[in-house]
Amino acid sequence: MTALAALIRRDIKIALRVGGGALIGVLFFLTVVVLMPFAVGPDLALLSRLGPAILWLGALLASLLTLDRLFMADHEDGSLDLITMSRTPLELACAAKALAHWLAAGLPLIVATPVLGLLLNLDMVATGAVALTLLAGTPALTFTGMIGAALAVTLHRGGLLMAVLVLPLSIPVLIFGVAASQAAITGPLSFGAPFSILCALSLVSLVIGPFAAAASLKHGLD
Amino acid sequence: MNGLVPVKMQLAGRGVTCVRGGREVFSGLDFEAVAGEAVAVVGRNGSGKTSLLRLIAGLLIPAGGTIVLDGGDADMTLPEQCHYLGHRDALKPALSVAENLSFWAEFLGGERCDAAESLATVGLDHATDLPAGFLSAGQRRRLSLARLLTVRRPVWLLDEPTNALDVAGQDMFGGLMREHLARGGMIVAATHAPLGIDTRELRIGGTA
Repeated sequence: MTALAALIRRDIKIALRVGGGALIGVLFFLTVVVLMPFAVGPDLALLSRLGPAILWLGALLASLLTLDRLFMADHEDGSLDLITMSRTPLELACAAKALAHWLAAGLPLIVATPVLGLLLNLDMVATGAVALTLLAGTPALTFTGMIGAALAVTLHRGGLLMAVLVLPLSIPVLIFGVAASQAAITGPLSFGAPFSILCALSLVSLVIGPFAAAASLKHGLD
Repeated sequence: MNGLVPVKMQLAGRGVTCVRGGREVFSGLDFEAVAGEAVAVVGRNGSGKTSLLRLIAGLLIPAGGTIVLDGGDADMTLPEQCHYLGHRDALKPALSVAENLSFWAEFLGGERCDAAESLATVGLDHATDLPAGFLSAGQRRRLSLARLLTVRRPVWLLDEPTNALDVAGQDMFGGLMREHLARGGMIVAATHAPLGIDTRELRIGGTA
């Protein structure tokens, strides 16, 4: 446990320091959401109807933006070799790295959502619903994205491969995330059903992600 | 004898074959090292010195043959008992010298020595709060050496360990290796330059 705690602490520390990348995601999120009202025009009703989708799309792209570097930096400086050799199972180390990434890059997106909701003419209930679905759904994005990040290291291809591999996996999360938000705001469907599926997607990816990523890293040793 | 006498630790490879990118780097390689012994792996560029170290470290899968450590900790695999010092230093530029070292000490676990003392030994005690990004190549190497001292592991796998070290640094490192061997550790080092300690030579791929 000390080993995993040390790994999480280190990754968060690096992410929060200058050039670390934790703020890049939030800034990107902010940019997308701030520009959207200008693109859509001054139709407030339309804006609040699109609001949840815009927030979800922004959060999804922002969380993918920094994810391809999850293993790349450790691979480039040789840390990954030592992590692979260590007494900590690689699956747990992968899970710890993903958790650290979510804490440093995913959580700030959720914290920023209430502020950005104002820009999209969303009321308190709507913003709360979006923030809640993001809280339940972004772990799924991080943990499925981790598989792509591990493959990017293994196959020596960067961002392009990541986008091609990970985007299809994140589509169900996006669908149910937005569906749950819309259900909470306008109805008529119940909030519970899509939200439960969203939670299920997160839980499944929490289990599958670390194993798939570790298998990919082990297979690609060189 | 009885069980109280520890078995002398021995690292042995039998018929080790390495294939990388579809090309056979070396095949049928036999080698061994016993506790307190250093093996210098020599050979021309591209003969597979680094590959051999990575095979021992479990970072490559051998295409044939076996590598076993006898007399080590039975609960642990060979890589878990090794320190690997490669070309890349496994340091994070954003973290300070002390943070880098304490992270590896906590992450690698096991028997530990005082990190501050290790830093003093390698001559970095004046720079503990400096971000590792500001270190010179030689200082980065020294910091990597401090990792070997802080976390005790019986087998050291060193890839060109004296690269970037100045003369004083090489002397210091020679002393560290002698101490490690005297404690019953073993060293496998890929090198072109003499290490400054007595070594058994293991030549790969014919004469240089």
